Amino acid sequence: MMDLSVYKVETKATWCPGCGDFAVLRGIQTALTALEINPKDVLVVSGIGCSSNLPGFLKSYGFHGLHGRAVPVATGAKLVNPDLNVIVAGGDGDGYGIGLNHWVHAMRRNFNITYVVMNNQVYGLTTGQASPTTEKGQRTKSTPMGVIEVPINPISMALVTGATFVARAFSGDADHLAKMIELGIKHKGFSLVDVLSPCVTYNKRNTYQWFRERVYRLQDNGHNPKNLDDAIKKSYEWDAKIPIGVFYETDRPTYEDEEPGLKKGPVVSQPLGINQELGKELLKEFE
Amino acid sequence: MTKTEVAVRIAGAAGDGIASTGESFARVASRSGLHVFAYNSYQSVIRGGSVWLQVRAGDKKIYSQGEQPDFLIALNQDEANRHGPTMPSASGIFYNSDKIKIDNSKANLYPLPVKELTAKYGQNPVMQNTVALGALTKILNMNFNMVVSVIKDTFGDKNKAIVDANIGVAQAGYAYASSHWKSIDFSPKYDYNFRRPVLTGNQAISLGAAAAGCKFYSAYPMTPATSILHWMAAHSEKCGIVVKQMEDEISVLNMAIGAGFAGARAMCATSGGGFALMSEAVGLAAMTEIPVVIVTSQRGGPSTGLPTKTEQGDLFQVLGASQGDYPKIVIAPATVEDCFYATAEAFNLAEKYQLPVILMSDLYLSEHMETVSNIDFNVGIDRGLMATPNGNNERQFRRYAFTENGVSPRSLPGMEGLTHVAASDEHDDTGVLISDIFTNEEMRVKVMDKRMRKVQYALKELPPPKLLGPDDADITIVSWGSTYSVLRETADILAKNGIIANHLQIRYLWPFHGEAVEKILSNAKRVLDVEGNYSGQLAKLIRMETGIKIDHKLLKYDGEPFYPNLVVKKAMEVVKE
Repeated sequence: MMDLSVYKVETKATWCPGCGDFAVLRGIQTALTALEINPKDVLVVSGIGCSSNLPGFLKSYGFHGLHGRAVPVATGAKLVNPDLNVIVAGGDGDGYGIGLNHWVHAMRRNFNITYVVMNNQVYGLTTGQASPTTEKGQRTKSTPMGVIEVPINPISMALVTGATFVARAFSGDADHLAKMIELGIKHKGFSLVDVLSPCVTYNKRNTYQWFRERVYRLQDNGHNPKNLDDAIKKSYEWDAKIPIGVFYETDRPTYEDEEPGLKKGPVVSQPLGINQELGKELLKEFE
Repeated sequence: MTKTEVAVRIAGAAGDGIASTGESFARVASRSGLHVFAYNSYQSVIRGGSVWLQVRAGDKKIYSQGEQPDFLIALNQDEANRHGPTMPSASGIFYNSDKIKIDNSKANLYPLPVKELTAKYGQNPVMQNTVALGALTKILNMNFNMVVSVIKDTFGDKNKAIVDANIGVAQAGYAYASSHWKSIDFSPKYDYNFRRPVLTGNQAISLGAAAAGCKFYSAYPMTPATSILHWMAAHSEKCGIVVKQMEDEISVLNMAIGAGFAGARAMCATSGGGFALMSEAVGLAAMTEIPVVIVTSQRGGPSTGLPTKTEQGDLFQVLGASQGDYPKIVIAPATVEDCFYATAEAFNLAEKYQLPVILMSDLYLSEHMETVSNIDFNVGIDRGLMATPNGNNERQFRRYAFTENGVSPRSLPGMEGLTHVAASDEHDDTGVLISDIFTNEEMRVKVMDKRMRKVQYALKELPPPKLLGPDDADITIVSWGSTYSVLRETADILAKNGIIANHLQIRYLWPFHGEAVEKILSNAKRVLDVEGNYSGQLAKLIRMETGIKIDHKLLKYDGEPFYPNLVVKKAMEVVKE
């Protein structure tokens, strides 16, 4: 069996003590170890934000790109080398705010990648402004009188946009979190794992305690993840009770399965260039 | 005097089939062994408006679409009214006499009773184009078999009835011309066994990318770069290229960078507006040292500007894109053939120096059609410095190892023992961030210097610009990009007027060969800068890099390309001053 140490590096995570992101890092390492994947075949891509520093804290190939642009980088790599296990890690501001456009389109395309969003419902690295998932009425540095708009519901959005695996986890339930990431990686198609990952510094509302009083496991309650209507209904539960677990899972051909340019296998392993014969054929079209 | 060169203008409304008729004529000419140059002046509408395309063909290399055409094919009354009065007496106008009346032109008239001639074939409105094409080829003494072969290849995939109808209609035009009018004295050296491909700059860029082993192409549709996407998508399976249309240009470049990081030769293309969205990611490629080729084909700006018109107004945008100092290479190909080779070269430079290479085209270069004589797919592929899997004895692979020329061995995901993080944050030689806990100032300077050294070394490799034409000239004309062709023609016309001109074409805009340019220009008698923009951006760059101020400028920003006589006039003024 593979040991977790395979995925460890010397660089220490720089998150605040108690940050929910530690459990996510551990969850990704646990899942990859459980699946016995070699770190050389893993690419973790992130954008910018506290949680986006994650690729630097584990042993694998990593790409720490621009704010909001992790998904296109990840899908570019995946499309040229579908053999890679590609995981996108980032926060709610990065993924559901500035990068929402890319996230939505990646889901409908059903790339075979896993997107782990550390959703702390606040902008942390910029010291506490409202994020797309901050709740209505909450006071932050950018909304001193309270947030006026309603938050994005990432679960229902993923369900209606075409993600083929949609789950939620909670940093206060580490084993379940690791399991959700593992299932997400195993799933063939776009997997979203939205992780309730409390910010202990800037979000005084959605705390560990607040979540502990509310979360319950969907799978303990007989939820059928094959039924989209049930999943959508469940995705609206919030406040009094908050479901975690797999909302929905379905099979659909991935984008890579149907991409004509990949018919001969991963393009990174194909010979480069055009031989004289094909060259002649290509030029003939212009004669 | 026997003519060996002809210019034909086809004018109508968008949707009249002007581009396909022009292309057909260009192909008939090239299949007859002629050189061809064609330019389509169109508008940002799908139906209606005023559009014209001009094809110039002859038995010597042709450098522009020419100015006053010898023949006009007028497809509607508006265009007959617009172009007819300026057609000289030696010229001719073909038109559908059922729809169009011409009474104010000195030109020879070639009225075609299209209804009668197409009666057998269903009288599709576009058939007037094919009738005119048939008649024109007769007047030009061309071999009708070439018209047949072009129609067959154009409609090859459709049913036989369409091919037969088109050939029939063209034949009717040819026969009508034959029995009603005399052919003109036009006899270039026809050669029906020799064909040069007719390519646009964008098609040459696409072929160059394929030849160089491009394996990933992403884009968002934007004129005038879109036809690269069309070629790539159509040839994706055949050439093993993953082609992805994305949601915006931000994702386009980020995706290409992801593909480049994973080891594919990656390219994307856009125009100025899309390039503006890509800006941040240009710096990302440089910071993470990932090879990527970015094509930006300029059109009239600012903002949405002139979407279907040409301009060279984005030089400063490209040079100034993205925050901070970072290494990049900017190349401006000059001709359609150069588009092919510059693209292949861009891939090699991108991988050799692990940085973004930006190829600057413009609508005129990207979209005009030209016969090319020398396309060799064996372009040579240099993937640059790669680390050896399992060859790393250190605990952490030094992806950004300090080297003399700044280029560090690269590893790709999947390689054993060489994992690392490519970070947009400043990082040390192993890729670990240096500004999160405390900013390591010494390391910052070291890695910045390492990255920038790559451009210094690249400059040593890139060939410096040379003067074209005689060393001792009355005037030195300076240009970049697509204006090259028209200036080639200008020099010949100037010589006939007793003025000796030479030409300095700048192909590498960055890094800039300041010393070479300074040497050339400080020895020049008079210097004229010719650019398709308002502010003389190349002249500004030259002043910045050499201290030389160019006093004479010919700047054009009306959306249309330069014409030889415009430059000739200005050059003569400058010489006589």
